[in-house]
Amino acid sequence: MEMENKQEQNNMDRRAFLKRMGLGLAASSAVLTACKGGKNGGRATSEGTTVGTGDMTYRYQRRTGDKVSLLGYGCMRWPLRTRPDGEEEIDQEAVNALIDYAIAHGVTYFDTSPAYVRGWSETATGIALSRYPRDKYFIATKLSNFAPSTWSRRASKAMYHNSFKALQVDYIDYYLLHAVGMGGGMEEFRHRYIDNGMLDFLLKERKAGRIRHLGFSYHGDIAVFDYLLSKHDEYQWDFVQIQMNYVDWKHAKEVNTRNTNAEYLYGELQKRGIQAVIMEPLLGGRLSKVHDHIAATLKQRQPEESVASWAFRFAGSAEGVLTVLSGMTYMEHLQDNVKTYSPLVPLTPDDYVFLEQTAQQLLRYRTVPCNECQYCMPCPYGLDIPGIFVHYNKCVNEGNTPSSSGDEDYRRARRAFLVGYDRSVPKLRQADHCIGCGQCKPHCPQGIDIPEELRRIDRFVEDLKQGREF
Amino acid sequence: MLRKIRITLALLCFGLITLLFLDFTGTLHAYFGWLAKIQFLPAVLAVNVGVVLGLILLTLLFGRVYCSVICPLGVMQDGFGWLGKKAKKNRYTYSPAKSWLRYVVLGLFIGALVANIGSLAALLAPYSAYGRIASNLFAPLWQWGNNVLAYFAERFGSYAFYEKEVWLKSLPTFIVAALTFVLLGVLAWRNGRTYCNTICPVGTILSCFARFAWFKPTLDADKCVGCRLCERNCKAACIDVQHHRIDYSRCVGCMDCLDRCNKGAITFKHTAKSVRPAVSAAAEPAQPVDTARRSFLAGVGVLAATSALKAQEKQVDGGLAAIVAKQRPQRQTPIVPPGARSLSHFSQHCTACQLCVSVCPNNVLRPSTDLETLMQPESSYERGYCRPECTKCSEVCPAGAIQKITPAEKSSIQIGHAVWVAQNCVPLTDGVACGNCARHCPAGAITMVSSDPEVPGAPQIPAVNTERCIGCGACENLCPARPFSAIYVEGHERHREI
Repeated sequence: MEMENKQEQNNMDRRAFLKRMGLGLAASSAVLTACKGGKNGGRATSEGTTVGTGDMTYRYQRRTGDKVSLLGYGCMRWPLRTRPDGEEEIDQEAVNALIDYAIAHGVTYFDTSPAYVRGWSETATGIALSRYPRDKYFIATKLSNFAPSTWSRRASKAMYHNSFKALQVDYIDYYLLHAVGMGGGMEEFRHRYIDNGMLDFLLKERKAGRIRHLGFSYHGDIAVFDYLLSKHDEYQWDFVQIQMNYVDWKHAKEVNTRNTNAEYLYGELQKRGIQAVIMEPLLGGRLSKVHDHIAATLKQRQPEESVASWAFRFAGSAEGVLTVLSGMTYMEHLQDNVKTYSPLVPLTPDDYVFLEQTAQQLLRYRTVPCNECQYCMPCPYGLDIPGIFVHYNKCVNEGNTPSSSGDEDYRRARRAFLVGYDRSVPKLRQADHCIGCGQCKPHCPQGIDIPEELRRIDRFVEDLKQGREF
Repeated sequence: MLRKIRITLALLCFGLITLLFLDFTGTLHAYFGWLAKIQFLPAVLAVNVGVVLGLILLTLLFGRVYCSVICPLGVMQDGFGWLGKKAKKNRYTYSPAKSWLRYVVLGLFIGALVANIGSLAALLAPYSAYGRIASNLFAPLWQWGNNVLAYFAERFGSYAFYEKEVWLKSLPTFIVAALTFVLLGVLAWRNGRTYCNTICPVGTILSCFARFAWFKPTLDADKCVGCRLCERNCKAACIDVQHHRIDYSRCVGCMDCLDRCNKGAITFKHTAKSVRPAVSAAAEPAQPVDTARRSFLAGVGVLAATSALKAQEKQVDGGLAAIVAKQRPQRQTPIVPPGARSLSHFSQHCTACQLCVSVCPNNVLRPSTDLETLMQPESSYERGYCRPECTKCSEVCPAGAIQKITPAEKSSIQIGHAVWVAQNCVPLTDGVACGNCARHCPAGAITMVSSDPEVPGAPQIPAVNTERCIGCGACENLCPARPFSAIYVEGHERHREI
């Protein structure tokens, strides 16, 4: 849940080469290819736009002066492939290619965790990065001691030491207490970091130089966030990782009641001069996979930019942001994001107003932040959980979830939703069969309250089926 | 000309009535539902005096045109007869009336109605027989055709067609329908309207009035040359050329003979003098049709009860848990849909035409396999439940067996009550939280309570307030316990208002 995936590459690479030229970029042969496209249609094609290698926007870590690329690579979504024996494994060549492109285009920050990609991420990231000099990249990893079996000092320390081995490094640039505030709030936080003395241990490690910067990533219970900042004088946080995007800025509670507005989180960090690392700049992909109507509005304002670029520009425009993380599985997403930040074109005051309006529109289309990772499956009662969410989101984005039974389009949308529902998900695997046993819930990396969302969808389906007024 | 009018009207009626059984969306009923309601037997059972009087008046005017135009089973037989005539022309001959058989069957039929043996009455009634044929034999073909369209519609991103589950709702009923179809087909192919003039109770009743019809085909003995062309083309076998007589009790008013006669000897007109109907004393043995069917059905009844439940939908693999199909619980009292008022009211009025079964969108209604109510519909909730917004069956029932109700009325009609089965309940068996029955109860009749108030955190189990329960089966259908639900509905003999 740390990072973002740019799901759709709808309209991703539509930059006019002239703009690139105007910005003084190297005119590569690829750009010249785009020239033809420009003559024909006045636009560059995705194949025709590459970015020069020296344009990345950088931010500087306030204490150490680290030159951190504004685009940070989230290593939680490395591509997988299936071995001949049917088992899945990391597609290391693809990982290497992605990291090669990223480093060539100025990305310096790589964020991983012992928990990512079924525990394979650190090793794969280490293999790819160790092909470069150690000063070409910054490693961020975390103490992901979620399971109670890893709460002991011994197990937590083992996890810490293993990261060095897996990443093939002898120091870690950025180390985080992972997802504080999740699960049991303050109590769980104490179990994980205080009672076992791990926080003190990590502070010592920072002093010893094996950890260059210490911070924490925060989700959930705001009490933990406030507590940790209140101890800033003692702990001297070098950075804090928060969820921030143009929806969460002012409307976090409307997305998920356990969340807190990014405006508050960022403001608290700014007060104390702590730099923010941004996760979820795309809100679980929801800011790239948007409703047709919103996509059209965004494209209208910037016809040559991708839908996702707006979210990245929002996250990057804040001066107190050190880097913006994106979990990129596909080269096309990486290329699009690199372009957005090479260099960053900061939002204008008008843009902020526009995005706030967009956020308010988005909130009317309540999609479920499901990325179809399938971790919740199989449901013991036979539900196709991702299938239900995918259908629901698709209908939301295609305008087939009437917001009121009085909608002009109500009858058509109702039919499209219900007929499509039966097509996408067999009747016996639909939301009304969720009994709320909750076995799926802890497995969801997006922190979706799956039973609650299924109930919401079920209620919506019942509204449509019964023709209730809403 | 009269013949052409008859054929046109007959095809129109037949086509539309058939569509009533095929159209599972229920849209056509709004426009043509009345075609089912003007059928004779449903009108009688619904005590629809206007329709019954109208039909009698029609018969008194024109003879049994009802049998040639309105009755779908009659028109279906004409279809077979037409095919038969193509194979061999001039194939019919006059035969004396088998009045003995007709009145015995009519007596049996009325006796069955009075004695409340709905299944026997339904077996003999023409409209019901056609309804079974249409819903059991034609509807699946229609639905498969629809599913092919739905398959392509899905690939073209269209929502015009959606898939309809095709399943065998009751094997005995299917067999009865198939046998009726084959038997009538053969009879009609060979001898035209044999069924209508020997078995059909409606035909017998109408024939009593048809004798006195104002207009009827009359044979002018002076013009007749005795070529027998009319006789050989009379599907009702009612023209006796030798004696220049027509048996108006059997004439179905098809008007075929009018066009056939080259000499203009037959005309459709009013005659002052009454022609004595030919009554033959020749008593032939009664056709063993119905008894044979019944004994056969009794034999396959048990077999059918199990195989009907085996019908399963496609299983999906991958990361999806296998789902065991639900099995039907043993209900002490059968469930009939809201609007049926009581089991006895329902079985007295239902003609087992299957119209409600055809339109039930939730796969709840299916023909009963119980011998006494054989083929009459009953509810069960393995495939769906009686959804609160749906009153389709009550809208289409032509016989008044399921009376018209609104969704608001439905929400207060108690057709049964839910019964909890502890040994299947997943909070107790799997140790997980559930409450799916309580969550989906449209009447709010289920509350989750602690299974052991002494123990904090003990599993929550459903407590049913049977006074509020309406018996819709949402709980039974959505219960995660399989194959037998942990909560199921017992029917009520008399429905109650709450």
